[in-house]
Amino acid sequence: MTRLSTTFAKGPALITFVTGGDGPTDAILDALVAGGADVIELGMPFTDPMADGPAIQAANLRSLGAGTKTADIFRIAAAFRVRHPEVPLVLMGYANPMITRGPEWFAAECAKAGVDGVICVDIPPEEDPELGPALRAAGVSLIRLATPTTDAARLPAVLEGSSGFLYYVSVTGITGLQQAAQTSIDEAVSRLKVHATIPVAVGFGVRTPEQAAAIAKVADGVVVGSALVDLVAKHGAAAAGPVGELTRALAQAVHSAR
Amino acid sequence: MTATPTANSYRNQPDEHGHFGQFGGRYVAETLMPLVLALEQEYNRAKVDPAFKAEFDDLLEHYVGRPSPLYFAPRLTEELGKSALPGKGAQVWFKRDELNHTGAHKINNCIGQILLAIRMGKTRIIAETGAGQHGVATATVCARFGLPCVVYMGATDVARQAPNVFRMKLLGAEVVPVTAGAATLKDAMNEALRDWVANVHDTFYIIGTAAGPHPYPELVRDFQSVIGKEARAQMLSRTGRLPDLLVAAIGGGSNAIGLFHPFLDDPSVKMLGVEAAGHGLDKEHAASLAGGRAGILHGNKTYLLQDDDGQIVEGHSISAGLDYPGIGPEHAWLKEVGRVDYTSVTDIEALDGFQLLCRTEGIIPALEPAHAIAAVKKIAPTLPKDTIILANLCGRGDKDIFSVAEHLGVEL
Repeated sequence: MTRLSTTFAKGPALITFVTGGDGPTDAILDALVAGGADVIELGMPFTDPMADGPAIQAANLRSLGAGTKTADIFRIAAAFRVRHPEVPLVLMGYANPMITRGPEWFAAECAKAGVDGVICVDIPPEEDPELGPALRAAGVSLIRLATPTTDAARLPAVLEGSSGFLYYVSVTGITGLQQAAQTSIDEAVSRLKVHATIPVAVGFGVRTPEQAAAIAKVADGVVVGSALVDLVAKHGAAAAGPVGELTRALAQAVHSAR
Repeated sequence: MTATPTANSYRNQPDEHGHFGQFGGRYVAETLMPLVLALEQEYNRAKVDPAFKAEFDDLLEHYVGRPSPLYFAPRLTEELGKSALPGKGAQVWFKRDELNHTGAHKINNCIGQILLAIRMGKTRIIAETGAGQHGVATATVCARFGLPCVVYMGATDVARQAPNVFRMKLLGAEVVPVTAGAATLKDAMNEALRDWVANVHDTFYIIGTAAGPHPYPELVRDFQSVIGKEARAQMLSRTGRLPDLLVAAIGGGSNAIGLFHPFLDDPSVKMLGVEAAGHGLDKEHAASLAGGRAGILHGNKTYLLQDDDGQIVEGHSISAGLDYPGIGPEHAWLKEVGRVDYTSVTDIEALDGFQLLCRTEGIIPALEPAHAIAAVKKIAPTLPKDTIILANLCGRGDKDIFSVAEHLGVEL
């Protein structure tokens, strides 16, 4: 059992995203765990976050503007692992910072820092050799994205070589803006579960406990990102408190959904 | 017209996965993958469809004004020969793509892509633009075919390219200023990709250069190859031989690949791509081959200006059309295999080349080909008199006269 599979075995999981290096990240991560988040997604900032909406774009630029380096992200992850030995942590970001020193270097750093999985937005299964083999060799889960445009013919390729969980992007669009209709999410999750032997988590556009609860009825996990990142933008150095409060409400909704 | 590709041809790229050696590929979000694959299928059908080729050729002839002339530049040749040693001072010829409708080579590609969009049943067009030339060309073909058009343009570029913004609006396009990042071409491309992800069902993204996810680098190259195919036939018919050296400016590299590609299997033809060295290669510039290294951005693997962490560094060039931190993946490959040489010239050298062509030939070039002219100025005096240099005059300078005036300290 990995940290990820142990977590998903307990029931629907709340997965929370924040951008590393934006605000007091260590304190924010502690507040997420204290609030009941089950999986931590730590965003690696990138200058050109093409799949992200305004909230997470701004967070990326704030983090880079504050001088965040890749080494800082691994420092944050390693320190988190020491404080929270059981809570899964995955890195989410874009290909270039991940492959720039070679995929083996990146995979080894992940393993060393206790990172459980990696979500890379812009490496589709067709380009898997760029990162996948190195992560698998290092025992780090490659978590792939499925979208409303991923049809049944394509889904096996998306699942091949991926592990941890499948991240279903519920909208055709960027992070944090529109929300998908619940009926379309229900349909998509049952469609994905026909093929997927790993847990299915749903994200993009999920902001409130009510939405999270409705998704947790059908999915194995619910991802919330932009709503938390908005709080970091608003409260800055004092963000841990408000982030913890929203997380508590979301966690309660997700954990009592079934 | 051109030699048939063989097993060892330089014209067999990309492979079936869209890779040019280690470069190229399809590095896009999962939402876009099915669409990119569908575009590839449609393009493969269109390529072998005589009706597609016939419509493309007809529009290029009667709407764009092709073939563009091949022109021997006598006074520039004479001028550059003055500083040459006896027996030296190459002949300078130009491929006149600045005479195309809309004033640059960009329209060749836009005609091809909008025909593909229509074949795919797409009803909405988006594009990114830096200097505005690709935006104007896209707005033009959208007006011609009656499709709505949204052009993303960095807010900085909107301010410094006001005439082109107005042109796009006259042509019925909506111009969306992008304020993210440095608010230039790279940021406009990010925003166009975000639009595309959100509107995949009805939207076609007309990419302006030979970059982006496969099959864009291939299809943009193929559409722009009309430049090199014409030039090759024209040169053979005018002089009975091939040129010795091709020269073209490179931002993303579509005009250069369009000129070079049909000549790649002609071993006697040397080629030189000219990047923008901006304030100098040790300062701010946009020369990704000279000052960058391999990385992944905007759907392809190629040379990028980036820091140690893989964060993308903003480019700088006096030419907004060259002001991009990447380069088309086929150029990255051609550099690695050594078939094409690449060099760079600074803003100041480009301004000098700009004025030189105005005075010697009565042609006001765009700042992009002014980089090629600056490179020709350095090389022509070193080559024998019977050498033929063919440079791509890929755009005219109307759009640039305000920024050139500013750089020369002239108030209009």
